[in-house]
Amino acid sequence: MSTATVRTGPGSLVVVGASLAGLRAVEAARKTGFAGRITLIGDEPHLPYDRPPLSKELLAPGGPTDPVTLRSRAELVDELGVELLLGAPATGLDPDAGVVHAGGEDVAYDALVVATGAAARGLPGTEGLAGVHVLRTLDDARAVRRALDEGARTVVVGAGFIGSEVASAARKRGSPVTIVEALPAPLVRSVGSDLGAALALLHTRNGTALRCGQAVAALEGTGRVEGVRLADDTVIEADLVVVGIGAVPRTDWLAGSGLPVDDGVVCDEFLRAGAPGVYAAGDVVRWHNPLFDRSMRVEHWSSAAEQGARAARNAVSPADAQPYATVPYFWSDWYGSRVQFAGVATHDGYEIVSGDPAGDHFVALYREGDRLTGVLTLNGQRHVMKYRRLIAQRARFDEAIAFARTSAPTRPASTAS
Amino acid sequence: MRIILDRAKCTGIGICEALAPTVFEVDDNGELVVLSAEVPEDARNEVAEAVEGCPTMALRLRS
Repeated sequence: MSTATVRTGPGSLVVVGASLAGLRAVEAARKTGFAGRITLIGDEPHLPYDRPPLSKELLAPGGPTDPVTLRSRAELVDELGVELLLGAPATGLDPDAGVVHAGGEDVAYDALVVATGAAARGLPGTEGLAGVHVLRTLDDARAVRRALDEGARTVVVGAGFIGSEVASAARKRGSPVTIVEALPAPLVRSVGSDLGAALALLHTRNGTALRCGQAVAALEGTGRVEGVRLADDTVIEADLVVVGIGAVPRTDWLAGSGLPVDDGVVCDEFLRAGAPGVYAAGDVVRWHNPLFDRSMRVEHWSSAAEQGARAARNAVSPADAQPYATVPYFWSDWYGSRVQFAGVATHDGYEIVSGDPAGDHFVALYREGDRLTGVLTLNGQRHVMKYRRLIAQRARFDEAIAFARTSAPTRPASTAS
Repeated sequence: MRIILDRAKCTGIGICEALAPTVFEVDDNGELVVLSAEVPEDARNEVAEAVEGCPTMALRLRS
């Protein structure tokens, strides 16, 4: 623990983006002893809430309809001394003047953390068609939940993780659901084609139809969606269409600011964005991850939380700035099974070290050259963090294989009873 | 300091195990096992981080 030292630092911190990264930023700034003015700006009217449950618990039949609010207004305002500017979309940044434009106001900063996240990509030309949703915000989740509760015939566009969670929620109600994926196999970019196909078996085993290699030609219906027409001209009838085809970093508001933007705000390993006092964190940042020595942008809960805290610490105490290195980690819940991934899915090969990709449990390790770079588990909760540690330690692939052989075998994953 | 785990909130995501592997371990069924209910002296910082970092706010410390 360092004692408080008098240094000339920023007098005010502005955080743009009031989700997880932004919240962790203001918390971390106060934790380091920063006593200056803190303003937290968010475009949604809601207090910071947790997003992973939006596609999980909030879609479950009989599940909660209110989000997990991460901090109460009193905690933010009274305890942390944060000025809240919610329902105020940021519209511009002037780094020379040190001013953010948001909700019609000009907010001056000495230090700035950009944490505006990412926006779900929609299907062009479907705006205004009722029954078509993306799933990113609380309002999206509530709309999808209502439709699912009404027993909607559901089509999910995109076989990614969020779409798969929506399909799980539909099947829990016994509703018919089809996932349409433009690529020949699901999750190719996230986990590779073989293991993407292995995870996709969960869909077919649980009664979800999966149509891969099929682009969406058009949505049928006027005013309200009635079906999805595929490239081969087949039409799948639908009352609910959920579009899960990825997200784009929300950098539009930075146009003209001079901040370098390339699929995210480009930052160095200290999360510095290239203008004085400006840092970025969360889904919006593309930063240099020293652990893999490459530029990355990740949309995961744990990196948003950690980057928010790190960016704010570096912003208020630039003399003590530390780099942010991490092994990206995410989890997803499908039909009562848990999928977990840590690291990066490289294309130099993988090895199954526990279980069977065709079954209910497996652990797969990915390599890049002779280094362990990733781990994918299905119902392998006991394993994933152990390999994540090895990845963080830059373990060799053969060391990880040796570790797998010496660790106790997993008993078969328990089946729901 | 003792670790209090709210099993109703915990979903076994494993962030705590990543931060403090000597104290937390998720088992085969996805249930969190607290390996040492009393916070070990040499793991205080990691445990504090794990408690704060829990995505479902399932961990607390009690002195």
